[in-house]
Amino acid sequence: MTVFCLVELDGDAVADASLRALTFARGLAVAPGELAAVVFAAAPAADLGAYGVTDVYLVTGIDGYAPRAWARALEDLVSSAPRPGACAHAVVAAGTEHGNEVLAHLAAISGLPMAANCVAASHPDADTLDIVRQRWAGLLLEEAAVDAPAALLTVATEAVSADPAALPGNAEVHEVSGQVSDADLVVCAVETPAGPRGASLATARVVVGGGRGVGSADGFAPLEEVATLLGGVVGVSRVVTSEGWRPHSMQVGQTGTKITPDLYLACGISGAIQHFAGCSGAKHIIAINTDPSAPMMTRADYAVVGDLHEVLPALVKALRDRVLGR
Amino acid sequence: MEILVCVKRVPTVGGAITLTADRRAIDTKASGFTISPHEECAVEEAVRLVERFGGSVTVVSLGPVEAEEQLRSCLALGASAAVLVETAPGAETGPIATAAALHSVAVTGAYDLVLLGNEASDTGDYQVGIRLAHLLGRPVATGIKAISVSGDGSSLSASRTYRGVVETFTLPLPCVVTVKEGINLPRYPSLPGRLRAKRATITRVPVETAAPTAVSDVRMLRLRVPDAPKKQATVLGRGAGAVPALVEVLAEIGVIS
Repeated sequence: MTVFCLVELDGDAVADASLRALTFARGLAVAPGELAAVVFAAAPAADLGAYGVTDVYLVTGIDGYAPRAWARALEDLVSSAPRPGACAHAVVAAGTEHGNEVLAHLAAISGLPMAANCVAASHPDADTLDIVRQRWAGLLLEEAAVDAPAALLTVATEAVSADPAALPGNAEVHEVSGQVSDADLVVCAVETPAGPRGASLATARVVVGGGRGVGSADGFAPLEEVATLLGGVVGVSRVVTSEGWRPHSMQVGQTGTKITPDLYLACGISGAIQHFAGCSGAKHIIAINTDPSAPMMTRADYAVVGDLHEVLPALVKALRDRVLGR
Repeated sequence: MEILVCVKRVPTVGGAITLTADRRAIDTKASGFTISPHEECAVEEAVRLVERFGGSVTVVSLGPVEAEEQLRSCLALGASAAVLVETAPGAETGPIATAAALHSVAVTGAYDLVLLGNEASDTGDYQVGIRLAHLLGRPVATGIKAISVSGDGSSLSASRTYRGVVETFTLPLPCVVTVKEGINLPRYPSLPGRLRAKRATITRVPVETAAPTAVSDVRMLRLRVPDAPKKQATVLGRGAGAVPALVEVLAEIGVIS
């Protein structure tokens, strides 16, 4: 069997999410030399080789991101790959917007099932693939079996790590020209730069979170000040965006952004489980809340019992004094 | 503009998820039900488009008879017709069969636009909208946070942000779009809306006739609640008096020097 992994680029580098997907995909390959990367723009082959990739298929002739066309090219590669015996192939992608979208198109084109946001996969025998996948954005796990001539899986990237292979692959590049129809190219992305907000929330080292306890749209000044002093950004709970106090782009949670900072300072957030789906990737959580029994307070690493409007101004002063005292 | 919006009845999950004894479903004895936040926004977006361009909004749901409750909430928000593709109690329908069932309803009307949430908040399959679009032979865009319809009504542009870049897709109508929370701020139902919804007739279609599919979905064996990290938070103190301890922790973590 061959495990094909759709690899996304972040600038010129392999996207971190795709390194995690490659690590997951490598675990599915039964024998060495079965891991192939599929890219739609020139990728650093050495970095792919370090993750055990033996073959890199560089698809040419598709300009930009056209999900259905990408899926069509993947389907050509998978259907033309040699299939020794009954062994099924697998196609893996990161569980990103692009990864889920391209694989869903591939699933629809090829009439195959697809499992989104897998966290584990194993072969109990040659014909079966057992998987564990996320439901409820990771609050629940589903154990399932995939019985299909090719397994289409996306990977819940925050749940798996990116580990280079013990045995690097050659990462030999093969150019293939994408055979796509006009209909496959109808939906094609035109890209323009976005403001920094959404991206920085996802990648910030420090996130200062505000919830219902902030009280109003005007109550965020101390959170913003602490965020600035700690070199971080402000994120908010769903209540805050539903009330219209802050835009949805600042929301942390199941239907907002998943964050992975070193520190999440959650202020006045009670901690609905949908919120944990967005912040459980934080290395450290400190909660400030008037209610010591709030889930956010009991599931945090550290808790301060009190009103954020009293604690944060005092924290701002202490952080300033600390800088001045040096 | 004729718009079809697909919604799904899901349990309202607040504190913790508990499973049934056979571990094949969430125990919903004590929970309320709702639709996904993404879908609330899909309904709102449809109502806004119809307010602007005329036409009507139909909502469809695949689910048990109780899903009429969610369809009525959508009617209260401004949808004018509702279809329930009725499943057996307790039955879970996978994404392939769901798309087929929705397709059987979508082909019965001349819909310019089919809207869905980007993913259902419960199963999170991330594929129903795309499968439906392929069955309908229509273009599709997913994860959309802004829609604008062209002046002549022949196309729409749909955009989202991905890796710090705004991606804009232009789709000829008819088409399928899946949206995400944040595309709008849904309204609250009006009193006349709620009264109208209470009286409205909901068309019921049995699922058996609606969705014969050849390919089978991923086969769910059982569900499992992941182990929550059993940690006891260290209480640093009360009010502003906790700040010195808080600053020490910040230094220990390494976010201040």
